[in-house]
Amino acid sequence: MAEITVNSAEKKSPAFNLRRKPRLGETIIQGLLFFSGFFSIFTTLGIVYELGKESLLFFQMPEVDILSTITTTEWKPHIGKFGIWPLLNATLMTTTIAMAIAIPLGMSVAVFLSEYASPRVRSTLKPILEVLAGIPTIVYGYFALTFMTPILREIFGKDVVQIYNTGSAGLVMGILILPLISSMTEDALSAVPRSLREAAYGMGATKLEVALQIVVPAALSGIAAAIIVGISRAIGETMIVAVAAGAGPNFTFSPFVGAETITGHIVRISGGDLSYDSIDYNSIFALGLFLFFITLVLNIISQAIVRRFREVYE
Amino acid sequence: MKEKFIVEEFSDNLNTRNRRGAVWHVVFQASTIVGILALITLILNVVNSTFGYIAYEARVDPDTLAADGMPLEAQSKDQLVSLLQTELSSGAFNKLENEKPFAERTREEVFQLVVERIVRPDIVEVWDLWISLTQEDEIRATVARDFPNAELDFVSWLTTDFVTRPQTSEPLSTGVRTAILGSLWTIFFTILLAFPIGVGAAIYLEEYASDNWLNRIIQTNINNLAGVPSIVYGILGLAIFVRALEPLTSGKLFGIENLTSENGRTVLSAGLTLGLLVLPIIIINAQEAIRAVPRSLRNASYGVGATKWQTVWSHVLPNALPGILTGTILAVSRAIGESAPLIVVGASTAISFDPESPFSKFTTLPIQIYQWTSRPQEEFKSLAAASILVLLILLLSLNASAVLLRNRFSRRF
Amino acid sequence: MTSNDTSQNGQYVLETRNLDIYYGSFKAVTDVNMKVERNKITAIIGPSGCGKSTLLRAFNRMNELFAGTSIRGQIMFDGEDIYAKEVDPVEVRYRIGMVFQKPNPFPKSIYENIAWTARIHGYKGNMDELVENSLRQAALWDEVKDKLQQSGLSLSGGQQQRLCIARAISIKPEVILMDEPASALDPIATLKIEELMQELKKNYTITIVTHNMQQAARASDYTAMMMLSGEGERSGTVIEFDDTKMIFTNPKDKRTEDYVTGRFG
Repeated sequence: MAEITVNSAEKKSPAFNLRRKPRLGETIIQGLLFFSGFFSIFTTLGIVYELGKESLLFFQMPEVDILSTITTTEWKPHIGKFGIWPLLNATLMTTTIAMAIAIPLGMSVAVFLSEYASPRVRSTLKPILEVLAGIPTIVYGYFALTFMTPILREIFGKDVVQIYNTGSAGLVMGILILPLISSMTEDALSAVPRSLREAAYGMGATKLEVALQIVVPAALSGIAAAIIVGISRAIGETMIVAVAAGAGPNFTFSPFVGAETITGHIVRISGGDLSYDSIDYNSIFALGLFLFFITLVLNIISQAIVRRFREVYE
Repeated sequence: MKEKFIVEEFSDNLNTRNRRGAVWHVVFQASTIVGILALITLILNVVNSTFGYIAYEARVDPDTLAADGMPLEAQSKDQLVSLLQTELSSGAFNKLENEKPFAERTREEVFQLVVERIVRPDIVEVWDLWISLTQEDEIRATVARDFPNAELDFVSWLTTDFVTRPQTSEPLSTGVRTAILGSLWTIFFTILLAFPIGVGAAIYLEEYASDNWLNRIIQTNINNLAGVPSIVYGILGLAIFVRALEPLTSGKLFGIENLTSENGRTVLSAGLTLGLLVLPIIIINAQEAIRAVPRSLRNASYGVGATKWQTVWSHVLPNALPGILTGTILAVSRAIGESAPLIVVGASTAISFDPESPFSKFTTLPIQIYQWTSRPQEEFKSLAAASILVLLILLLSLNASAVLLRNRFSRRF
Repeated sequence: MTSNDTSQNGQYVLETRNLDIYYGSFKAVTDVNMKVERNKITAIIGPSGCGKSTLLRAFNRMNELFAGTSIRGQIMFDGEDIYAKEVDPVEVRYRIGMVFQKPNPFPKSIYENIAWTARIHGYKGNMDELVENSLRQAALWDEVKDKLQQSGLSLSGGQQQRLCIARAISIKPEVILMDEPASALDPIATLKIEELMQELKKNYTITIVTHNMQQAARASDYTAMMMLSGEGERSGTVIEFDDTKMIFTNPKDKRTEDYVTGRFG
């Protein structure tokens, strides 16, 4: 090996050089990065402040009082009635119908992909589900109005099913949420360790028994979280109901007639002429704040479920 | 002879169990098929409305407008302008001149005006693709009987003209150019806001933040924001960008008095609102990408005495870049398809001029689809369907390029 | 050979005084007092999990990067406590280099692996010369001189490790820490590394952690024997430190003797 000598003059100067060097660039960059990290807090503060401020104005208006918003069942601003029930009821109806579709179908698809499908089938199906999830909601709205409603009217009769109805909006919303539930459920199922399945198979269980009696219960917290996230999504969904569910608050339990949801109402009001600080303007903020808190609570619950009840497998 | 080993207490239920298993297997498969069918039906439904027969009548026959033997399509811009001058009232003509002087308009724009204002084809009937293909004879009979003056054509509502023409109020001459440009302008500002802040936040959370209460709150907050309904972001944007920051977003701060601007309801406000919406998505995806960078790479860099930022900039970020870009494209796809928040922020309903500056009025492709879907006439359903196809193609190419980008980047070193 | 321009030109470049190393509240290493002699190879041996790597990584403050580690006691480098408040860990790592168990060249070209490292420390001289010099010292130059622009990851395992050594010495550290540098390599590559170490010690001080006793016996001048014996057998400590010859022929501690003769561990 060739002799390489290190010139002693090139050696470093004495150890006191270990002292901290002031690195201004690093500090500036660290500050900028911290600001970026903190920025999202501003968003939340903004939401709470702005929505809260205008909501306060709304509740301070002479025509509005908190008790009546909860107890009245009519939302007719021009005669001073601000009962939230018509809007809330329509939201709950569409959500229920949507989840009635999305939960069973979504979980079935997840079980199929996770326990039954071969890797090749899985790799073709998952992209299809991702496509479903990526289609903009206005396209689903169009689908609800131009396909689902006519079909419902064919099946149940044109005099039963109105052109705008919460049923078809709910059904299509279910299709929208299906990929969300199925992918979150599938993640939860995949997280169950193979050793658990092997134990069950080793005892002579059939595939169905392993899937439904071993794996699904083991993934329960993740599945519960998926369902809650799906509900949160359905509550906040806007365009499908704006297009297909109906314009105008209507307190009814029939899925065949039109009714406006909270989100649909917000969109309709903002689409028109809106003057700042009018009662309509402020009502948007009150409704928005309501939506924000409901979805926030749901999301926090879902995260808490995952954290608290995360199964310990070994 | 060995006897079959039967244990008294257990029942011989294998057949039942297998049968039950087979039934449920079918159930699970069926659910998957339902999902796939839904997607196919959705797309076919859209395609069905995009093609078909239309019957239309022109209120003024274009042949009568030929000048010096030259048919309408071949006339020059000046000929068309003089045609407008003679056929329209002076008030209407001057109004057009004031909106945008004819000298600045292209020949196409003038031709559009001629078609819109003078020829004025009216749609009398629209049929979808399925009916057009299967009941062609009945259609012809109906037209001959009920609309003797009408022309019958098999059209595709989705044409290159459709994509390049601005929006008008006439279904036959309208296009989505205004909406597409509005979408692009909006997305530009969305990325301008959300990408640097998003990636910066991700770097901060993954490389710099220690595990204290503040950083945990920041992380939880981001996770929660990702689940907030998009319409709430619209309301926030209305309150902050459109109203509170109006001098900034309307351009008044910069001394720009824009005829096409309407206080704070501008492209800038729209872009910033969507920026807030996609910020959590970019952050979460970028965090995952950064987390996936192997620790050995960081060890190597720190081991030779690199500082934290040197390590992040020269090693972590390049390695995480494909994942970060994929996440950004996901965010862009999401933003392009959003309509609810922008309706609240104040998208314009009737706008026919391309956005010229951040302070212009705006409309976007999904909002255009919403507006056309909300009109009762059949022709607007077809227009909505054609625009949906444009939107889907746009999203498809975006996501395809994301996959390509990711593959290209992963092949380096 | 001692350098003339270090004021503390003492015989020992590194010294630990009553060193304890904690992961959170768990004491991983207990009461280590050892001295590392300049321009010699010091090996740290012992069974798996006894804290060898933890001890080594304390010398260049790598421990504190990822886990919640803290130390009690002192580590002196050229007479200065490297854990003192005013000391910058980045500077420590500039002076004390490290080669890791699994070779980890940057996903850059061979040239850039070394050039980037020199550049961040403000190297203004002839980069080509520096790269060649470093690669020669690492006994890698002849094998890569025609493909300097190829990716560092395209080399074989042994070559990658020598590249990492070249990278580490390009900034002329005084000490090179090696954390089981040959454990991921085949015997021939291992031998090359060991030969390299003998050459390198003329200009650098080398401290190496190894679970390969034969390697320690062959290659090192001094050996520290570590074992889980502090704090109820759950904390690592140096039970014996001596000339390598003594450790392997006439160890003072029975546990050392058991270990080096293969009776356990």
